[in-house]
Amino acid sequence: MSTASVPLPNWITYGLMPFLNLVVAFLISGVVVWFIGESPLEAVKLLLQGALGNGEGIGFTLYYATNFIFTGLSVAVAYHAGLFNIGSEGQAYVGGLGAALASLALDHYVPWYVTMPFAVIGAAIFGAAWALIPAWLQAKRGSHIVITTIMFNFIGAAMMVYLLVHVLIVPGKMAPETRVFLEGGQLPKLDWLIAMFGGKIGAAPFNVSFLIALFMCVVVWALIWRTKFGYEIRTLGASPTAAIYAGIPYVKTVILTMLISGGLAGMMALNPVLGASARLQVEFVGGAGFVGIAVSLMGRSHPIGIVLAAILFGVLYQGGDALSFDMPKITRDMIVVIQGLVVLFAGALEYMFRPAIVRVWQRFGKA
Amino acid sequence: MSPSPTVAPAIELIGIDKKFGAVHANKNINLTVAKGSIHGIIGENGAGKSTLMSILYGFYQADGGAIRINGKDTVIHDSQAAITAGIGMVHQHFMLVENFSVLENVILGVEGGALLGRGVSDARSALKRLEADYGLEVDPDAIIEELPVGLQQRVEILKALYRGAEILILDEPTGVLTPAEADHLFRILGVLRDQGKTIILITHKLREIMAITDTVSVMRRGEMVATRQTSGTTVEELAELMVGRRVLLRVEKGPAAPSDVVLSVRNLTVKDGRGVTMVDNVSFDVRAGEVVGIAGVAGNGQSELLEAITGIRKPASGEIFIHGQSVTGLDAARLRTLGLGHIPEDRHHMGLVLGFEESENSILGYHREGRYGRGPLLDLDACRDDAKAKIEKYDIRPPNCRLKTANFSGGNQQKIVVAREIEHDPALLVVGQPTRGVDIGAIEFIHRRLIAMRDAGKAVLLVSVELDEIRSLSDRILVMFAGHVVGEKTPDTGEQTLGLMMAGIAA
Repeated sequence: MSTASVPLPNWITYGLMPFLNLVVAFLISGVVVWFIGESPLEAVKLLLQGALGNGEGIGFTLYYATNFIFTGLSVAVAYHAGLFNIGSEGQAYVGGLGAALASLALDHYVPWYVTMPFAVIGAAIFGAAWALIPAWLQAKRGSHIVITTIMFNFIGAAMMVYLLVHVLIVPGKMAPETRVFLEGGQLPKLDWLIAMFGGKIGAAPFNVSFLIALFMCVVVWALIWRTKFGYEIRTLGASPTAAIYAGIPYVKTVILTMLISGGLAGMMALNPVLGASARLQVEFVGGAGFVGIAVSLMGRSHPIGIVLAAILFGVLYQGGDALSFDMPKITRDMIVVIQGLVVLFAGALEYMFRPAIVRVWQRFGKA
Repeated sequence: MSPSPTVAPAIELIGIDKKFGAVHANKNINLTVAKGSIHGIIGENGAGKSTLMSILYGFYQADGGAIRINGKDTVIHDSQAAITAGIGMVHQHFMLVENFSVLENVILGVEGGALLGRGVSDARSALKRLEADYGLEVDPDAIIEELPVGLQQRVEILKALYRGAEILILDEPTGVLTPAEADHLFRILGVLRDQGKTIILITHKLREIMAITDTVSVMRRGEMVATRQTSGTTVEELAELMVGRRVLLRVEKGPAAPSDVVLSVRNLTVKDGRGVTMVDNVSFDVRAGEVVGIAGVAGNGQSELLEAITGIRKPASGEIFIHGQSVTGLDAARLRTLGLGHIPEDRHHMGLVLGFEESENSILGYHREGRYGRGPLLDLDACRDDAKAKIEKYDIRPPNCRLKTANFSGGNQQKIVVAREIEHDPALLVVGQPTRGVDIGAIEFIHRRLIAMRDAGKAVLLVSVELDEIRSLSDRILVMFAGHVVGEKTPDTGEQTLGLMMAGIAA
């Protein structure tokens, strides 16, 4: 019997099911940890302690989460239009150039809060620009956006390395990176926020970008569900034929949506470039664009879900680092396995338990 | 053909009961279907026909009651068990793999071993036999997506017969067929019955019931309200049993009062996606205050004509005018601002976004209007108030504008579209298949609304493959064949004459 169409209350769809998926992912991870001869319970304890046990851990967790919120939003906006943007990675990378140029140009002259809007806009414009050609190819030529955005990740990476090695590098230095921004080109840390909860931020690079990310969550929510353009995006994503019927212009909607998606991905660069390392380095995105796909899937393309999923992945990143430090048998690769399991169960297999839950719900839920 | 009383009935349903939460879909249903007969089950959408058949086919389990097949108590816990019991089902939406051949589809799931060779050759000879026995000719090597709909349906029937079905359930089989294809299907069903198969036909088209069934059972609101010998009942009685009140089967309307030309089509040529000319140099006018019907067998260019007029497809050449202003090649949004309303042929793919809330669909295409929010913003309260007003006025059920559109019945979904397009008071209303897959109560309602539009001085262009509908609503009938308008007739023209024109034989 088919259970796909049986409606379930929201608390099950958005609460219980992701939670169950997560529990299963952790149980299987526990089995893996147990196989290599470590105590799963001990591992969970170390992971959670490393991620949430003190102010510095929380600072790192939220720093990673900030990256994932931006890229998660980027993927989600495109997804609502039925576009699978795999290019957030490259768009974030190129966005870093826009952010860095703003800082390099302004940091001598103005304080950070004057630089910030220019950096935000620069990051967004450069990120959007990197999405423009795939968007145009999709809209006008029907070239599949998945393929083109993946290709543009590679092109973007090559271009950035070239620029950093040949153009932006500090003369006489060996490292392919820009000079360190002065204070006027950096985003300040949110030590006060951690302190409010009685923690110490320590070395964690948790910074103002987090607040920008939360602000963008509200913006994306309003865009998708409270504007006419958002309505058009959702119509196009849910039924391309109905969109034609309604006179929603395909080319314009696809291109604008991808520009917004690319812009959000580009803004991710603020966090590592202006917030953490205060310079533009090679490979600074470090896979956050791809994690964004998982975050968006798991968060059901809704900003609240994305924030929660991003924090979860932040915990996995930071806690995983701590874990591999304290349990040498658990290497970085093992952490990637655990993250992979979470992606698998929470993202790809999100409906695995639905039929069983529907049966239980039908029997006991509706008395 | 009257079944012998000594033979156990093919199907006996005794006290079948099924609830979905608060919805009592089947209430204590008793049904006896004689072997070797065609038994019709009619009822409006949501009356419980599909639920009952799903129970018989093992998709759902009944909460209570028993099923007897050929006199034996049978438990059908899944569709495999149904097939074993000799029950085959032809679904309304075909369950075929589009890019597989006929043969591959027929053996799907019963390949007979890991290697295909043997099963394929067995199936090929079995298909030959079925073809000879029942007159079901299909090229076994044809690819499904290249076959017309009528033949695809024949493949579904072959699939069931290949699995040894003695009892065939057909769910709204003619919804997608042209009149000629439907007639052909009925001939096949007649042959199957004469060969001893038992057929259950689910439909809400009374004409079909009268044409081919031996017995007919009527369902209403989850109950089996009557069973009649078809020869001893009338269309009027069945309609009344279905709806629970007297129904007007013909639309009552006064004479038309056509005035100024609203839509003018001049030398219009439209090509489809493959570059084939589907509409060839067509010209006509539609005036305010008249309904112009376009009759024709599906696939003769009516769909492409509609798409060109409503801005969905760009014409290859020719011109379209609304109120004398050229609108050729404008998109649907622009056309709406010029007074076009469009009830599309396919509400699932065009008229509605099924995943949206009802209120979101009630603004589709008009969402840019100021009344739904200032500037770029969308005012959800305004949308919902607007939706609620339409729900009330058009009696859309359930009256819940926050419900997902997919959860409304076909008739109510169509009412959502009709309400949206009519309430925006268009000068020109273009209507495609307004009552396809819609129950009889809603058909009556929609027909009256369309006539009311005409009487309010609007121009209405109607395309339908239901000749009855065209004849009862139109003031003038244009007949399309092979992309041409082959003639114009008055609505009192006989069905025979129109039928010949639709077949391209007479003009």
